[in-house]
Amino acid sequence: MAEARDDTKTQDAGTREVKSESKSKPDPLYDRPAVDWETRAYWEGAGRGELVLQRCRACRVVQHRPRGLCVSCLSDDVESFVATGRGEVYTYSVVRQNQASAFRNALPYVVAYVQLEEGPQLLTNIVGCDPESVSIGLPVRVDFAPTETPPGETPLGVPRFRPA
Amino acid sequence: MTADGKSSGRVAIAGIHEYESRWAPDKTSFQIMGECAREALADAGLSLSDVDGLFAANMTMGAMGVVGVAEYLNMKPRYLDGTNIGGSSFVAHVAHAAAAIQTGRCEVALILYGSTAASDAMAIGTGGGGGRDPGAAFVSPYGMTLVSSYAMVARRHMHEFGTTSEQLADIAVSTRQHASLNPHAKMREPITRQDVLESRLIADPLHLLDCCIISDGGGAVIVTSLERARDLRQPPIVVRGTGESVAHREIGAPDLMTIAAKQSGEQAFAMAGLEPTDIDVATIYDSFTITVLLTLENLGFCKRGEGGAFVENGGIGLGGRLPVNPDGGGLSSNHSGMRGIFLVIEAVRQLRGGLGARQVEGAEIALAHGTGGYLGLMHSGATLILGKD
Repeated sequence: MAEARDDTKTQDAGTREVKSESKSKPDPLYDRPAVDWETRAYWEGAGRGELVLQRCRACRVVQHRPRGLCVSCLSDDVESFVATGRGEVYTYSVVRQNQASAFRNALPYVVAYVQLEEGPQLLTNIVGCDPESVSIGLPVRVDFAPTETPPGETPLGVPRFRPA
Repeated sequence: MTADGKSSGRVAIAGIHEYESRWAPDKTSFQIMGECAREALADAGLSLSDVDGLFAANMTMGAMGVVGVAEYLNMKPRYLDGTNIGGSSFVAHVAHAAAAIQTGRCEVALILYGSTAASDAMAIGTGGGGGRDPGAAFVSPYGMTLVSSYAMVARRHMHEFGTTSEQLADIAVSTRQHASLNPHAKMREPITRQDVLESRLIADPLHLLDCCIISDGGGAVIVTSLERARDLRQPPIVVRGTGESVAHREIGAPDLMTIAAKQSGEQAFAMAGLEPTDIDVATIYDSFTITVLLTLENLGFCKRGEGGAFVENGGIGLGGRLPVNPDGGGLSSNHSGMRGIFLVIEAVRQLRGGLGARQVEGAEIALAHGTGGYLGLMHSGATLILGKD
């Protein structure tokens, strides 16, 4: 699982500057996600500003995270579709301590599970508001943080959410 | 396993040792394992040459795991098990050892753990973004620390059931009270509910004192047939029931209030032919206060959503409705990254008896439950029910 391990590099991403949309506090740093053939559609979709989920053509179950087959019926006839990007906060925590440099400057920040209209929950950050104002049930919409694109590569984004 | 009281096919814990120090900057994790092996063998009245099954796990050993432990101790066991399912591993090792002994794969199993997490200054709960599973790319961008994965579960429990920070705090208070009776515990000064609530927030709603400590430590457990255990130094502590399970994000919409303990607990109780009301003392993995509360619910000690009422005001203290972690747990006594072996050890100590002020009087049946991993993301559970011979 070398690809999976690689993205732990995020934790040591250093202190590069991030533009953060007229806020004094920087967002967490988002490195270019580690992509493999199972997850490429998701991250490339995020690079285009689309939240991409998977649905099984055989049993119609929506699944997240993306996989090379439907783990409800084991069919490999799985399609990607663009979700509405709307949902509500299922649960959250305001993180006050994280020694990793990529996150230290963003403290306090909100990690959350967002319940999507399509069924799955996504682990994400809630941005664009005072962390203290987040609550369970808060309506949110997806928002995409761009990541650095190496020459010749397809842009990738990182989905996070803000109050709707 | 037979329930007729005969020893045939039954398995027992014959030796234990918990490394006494919580700070060992002059030791390696292997050295701690070796010293614990020596002491547990002495406790049982066995020698290293009696051991033919070796089980080990920790957070730092290499990819071949237990093989390196065999090499370090110059052992050539005929049965190896390096199962690593997180902090619960050692509870599972007891179950695996029992099965191996029952099927003749080994006769004397040695389970080892050693860690220098504190002197290595590991930021176990508050570093990075967490997770090295194939789905890590969906986790690591978001800075979900270990603490915050448990905190999100706590937040949801509060939302669904009205559980309060005060109720969670009472878990830490009871556990510290127990630790004050354990001369080896790392934190022994009693605390109040207010102390917990006024300690700084690490990840809302969990405060510093809702979190386990970080120590160095290690332990060893020896499992053998009940027949053989009866000829050894200590009264045998019989393995009555075991269960293992896992809980995770499923395909995106899990019920965070149902944790692995539900499935593993049902298996263990069914095997033992016992009910939660039969348990005299429990050792429950207490990485965080919420872990204890949710584990008690999922094991069936109380109904779903009623964990707050169960634990508050000394409910899990000595003399309470169910004494939990009388050694002071990971919250106050010993947490060096993977606490599971200490759950087994304290359960055995309580059933052997003679612990003085922290002894649960008349304890006949004990339950140990380990949780490994990230409660709100992906975790394992292992349940063990032990009884006197």
